[in-house]
This record gives sequence, structure tokens and C-alpha cells, in this order.
Amino acid sequence: MIDALLVALTRGLVGAQPSWTEELQKIDRPCIYFANHTSHLDTLAIWSAFPHSRRRSVRPVAAADYWKTGGLRSYIADHVLRAIYVDRKRDDLEKDPLAPIGDALSLGDSIIMFPEGTRGRSRLPGPFKSGLYRLARRHPDVVLVPVYLDTLHRSLPKGCVLPLPIQCTVNFGKPTSLSSDESKEAFLTRAHAAVVSLAGTEGWA
Amino acid sequence: MSDIPKLAWVMAGIFGLLLIASLVAWALSCRAGPQGPSLILRNLNQRIRAWWVMVGVMCACMALGSGATLVLYSLLSAFALREFVTLTPTRRGDYWPLVACFYVALPLQYILIGMQWYGMFAIMLPVYGFLLLPVLAALAGDTEHFLERCAKIQWGLMLTVYCLSHVPALLMLQGPTLGEHGFVLLLYLLLVVQLSDVLQYVCGKLWGKHLLAPRVSPSKTVEGLVGGGLGATLVGAALYAMTPFSFGRALAISALIVACGFFGGLALSAVKRSLGAKDWGTMIEGHGGALDRLDSVVFAAPIFFHVVRWLYG
Repeated sequence: MIDALLVALTRGLVGAQPSWTEELQKIDRPCIYFANHTSHLDTLAIWSAFPHSRRRSVRPVAAADYWKTGGLRSYIADHVLRAIYVDRKRDDLEKDPLAPIGDALSLGDSIIMFPEGTRGRSRLPGPFKSGLYRLARRHPDVVLVPVYLDTLHRSLPKGCVLPLPIQCTVNFGKPTSLSSDESKEAFLTRAHAAVVSLAGTEGWA
Repeated sequence: MSDIPKLAWVMAGIFGLLLIASLVAWALSCRAGPQGPSLILRNLNQRIRAWWVMVGVMCACMALGSGATLVLYSLLSAFALREFVTLTPTRRGDYWPLVACFYVALPLQYILIGMQWYGMFAIMLPVYGFLLLPVLAALAGDTEHFLERCAKIQWGLMLTVYCLSHVPALLMLQGPTLGEHGFVLLLYLLLVVQLSDVLQYVCGKLWGKHLLAPRVSPSKTVEGLVGGGLGATLVGAALYAMTPFSFGRALAISALIVACGFFGGLALSAVKRSLGAKDWGTMIEGHGGALDRLDSVVFAAPIFFHVVRWLYG
């Protein structure tokens, strides 16, 4: 009920038109959907773009300092999105921050993550942190799917609170995986390029 | 409310037309071979289905009165503005001008119509909006492409909000010979302009040979324009009895509506292409976006509004 309402609200406001393909529909293994990150709407937009049957098994990775602040936002993160929290501040350096994500993948859930780790200000993503690589290395069976969100940096730029109703397309790219001999740098460069290639060119030269 | 029987007759005529169109398309689809109907025919079927929905929504709003009609057009403006802004590359510095467009200018323009405040309705966007938007953009401090960005946002706002709002603004028009003709004028404008589009499409598909402006629009042909334009003008003239116009004036006014509608489609096609798109959006099945259906209305509405106001106001 609440999830249908949330999807309708997100779709009504920013469109979140998916470019979902047959190839993606056929995947029967857990996936990591990794995307560029520019606004607080990103998680909701990707989540809303999934076909209904998929949405229930997809869990977004969410920063605890933004989503776990009580009130409506936390309620949605806990009960609707079933978010997996990561602690960006890392109080306890002994604890593995990726462990809860690994647990979800082992249970057969797919995840949505933003490998930049924080919101950028431009339409193209900044450098990726190593989390994506480490997860792919630990879970070699996981399918990696690049995703590009095209207009959310315009709808809700960093520092603004009122979203503009600009139509966003959620571009899902070709599924890929980490090859056994690929280095961290080579993989992260390839993953970054996969997201950038979905961006197309901008109107201003 | 002596208009109600007239409106009912015209609406009955429109539904009759749609019924005939649906039957013809159905018959053509039945005749199609084992590989199914062609691409054009499938698009035609989608278009006719969308027309049923559009006519239905418009009827419902007219039945509910001027408030519902204002809400409908403010939503259409919002969808059209969203399509325009989505295709227009904006930068971070355009955030506040866009907030002003979507959340202030758009609702205010329709509230002014509801208040029947003609003077403010006519100048708010072209004067106050025109001057305020670049100030908001300048305050953001980004000078990169400044003039292009301002111009594009202003163009979008004038087109999708200011021009389009002249359709429900017809409900404001009153005068000794106009009486309470608002809905009649509104229906007349939409009927002539959309019939012209439809007939141009049909005539173009049937007889079209000579492309009118191949670089701007691959579907506009001389044959389509002449056939469709003449047809819509004659229908508009024949419907003079539903309007406050004499036969001669109805003929001239519908010719004017057809011409403006055609120029609107042409100019907006060029805008669309310069923004690198084929359709404005995907909202209306078979047609494209809301602006693809409204491009001719957007140009015809303000001209029709002012001509009627000048002649009868």
C-alpha cells in the first residue's frame, strides 16, 4: 500500500521512466545495481523504476547519517525500502562496513548502491570508491548492472530541498561481472565508464 | 444557459466522428494480412484511442464547470512545461528561476484567470516574469551560457503557461454580444485547431507528395496543408450558428485559427529539432508528448482570444 503510494508519488514528480530490458528481466541471480549519485531522490527513483515483481527483492544501500534520523524518512527506509545502512562515519574501525550488504546478497536479495559514496554536483559521476570492487570480489556470482540517472542533479541539486518536476530516465545498462584476474583499478575504471557511457551527451557543447 | 443544447450537438458530432474513425481503422485492421496491421495503421489506432481519452477528459471538465477546466489546463501547462524543461539543458544556476516557473508563475497565472483579473493575466508573465527570471538566474552567479539559459526558460514559460492559459481564459470573455459564451468559444477553438491537425495528417498520408519544410518536419506536406486547412476552415465556418459570429466572420476566424495552428506546429517542430528530439515526450500514446498535441493550440489560442476580445469584448 505505502510502497504503491511512494512509487506513484516518485513517478508523478520526477517520472523515473525505466529503460528496462528483457535481458535484465531474465537474470535469476542477485544483482548489484550501481548508479551515479547527485540527489536525495536517487534511491527512490531507481527503486520506483523496477518492475513490481523485482522491486520486492531489491534493497538500497543507504547512508545511516541521512536515512536513520527518525521520523517518516526512517520509517520508509526501514519498512518500505528495507534499506541496508552503512555507517559513513565509521566509529568502530574494527567492524566491516560492507558486511550487512554481503549478508543481503547471500540471502538472495539484490542491492542498489552508489559507488561514489556521496552526492556529486555534476551530471557525470566522480571517481568510484572501492566498495563495489570488494563486494564483487567477495561475491563472484553476483551480476553487476550499471545505472545512469539523467536529470536528478537538475531536479534536486545538492543543498536544495524543493524538487523540480523534471522528467528523469533511469537508464539500465548491460549486465557485467568481475573477471577473476581483473585488478581493482581496472575494474573501477571499467565500471565508471559503463555508467558514463549511459549518460549520452549534453545539450551545451 | 442557452448554450447547452448547442454544445451537446457539437459534442455529439465529435463523438460521431470518433466513432466513424474507430470503425474505419477497425475495418482496415481486419483487412490486414497475417503479419498484422502496418506501423502506420497501428499508430493510427493508438492515436484514435488517445483521442477518445482526450475528448472524454475535456467533456468531463466542461460538464464540471470552469473550476475543473482551469485545473485541467494548469495540469496541461505543468506537463508541457516539464517536457520543455526536460529537453532543455539547464544548469545548477537555473534552479531558482525554474522553482519560480513551476511553483509560482504557473499557479498564479491560472489563479488570475479564476479571479477574472484580465489586466494582470495579460502582463504578469511578459512583463514581471520576463524581468524577474534573469534576476533570479543572475543571483545564482553562473554566467556560463547565461543568455541562452534565460531565453530558453522564458520561452518555455511563455509557450506552455502564458500562451496555453489563453484557452481557459476564453471563459473570462464577456460582452454585450458575447454573453456567457465561454465554453462555446473554447470548444470552437479546440475543434477547429485539432480538426485541422487531424485532417492535415489524413490528407498528408493519403495524397501527400511535396514536403513543405523537409528539414523542420518530415510529415508536413503541401497537399496535407491545403486539404486539411480548407476542410477545417469550412467546418469552422459551417458551425457559425453555435458561435456569436456571423458566417463570414466565422469563415475568417477559422481560417485564422488554422493558419496559427499550422505555424505553431511548424515553429515548435523547429524548436524540438534544435533541442535534438523527435517528440516532446511519451505521455499520449501514438502522439508523443502533451506538447506534440498542443503545439498548434498554443499558437492559435492567444490570437483567437484577442481577436474575439477586440471584435466582441
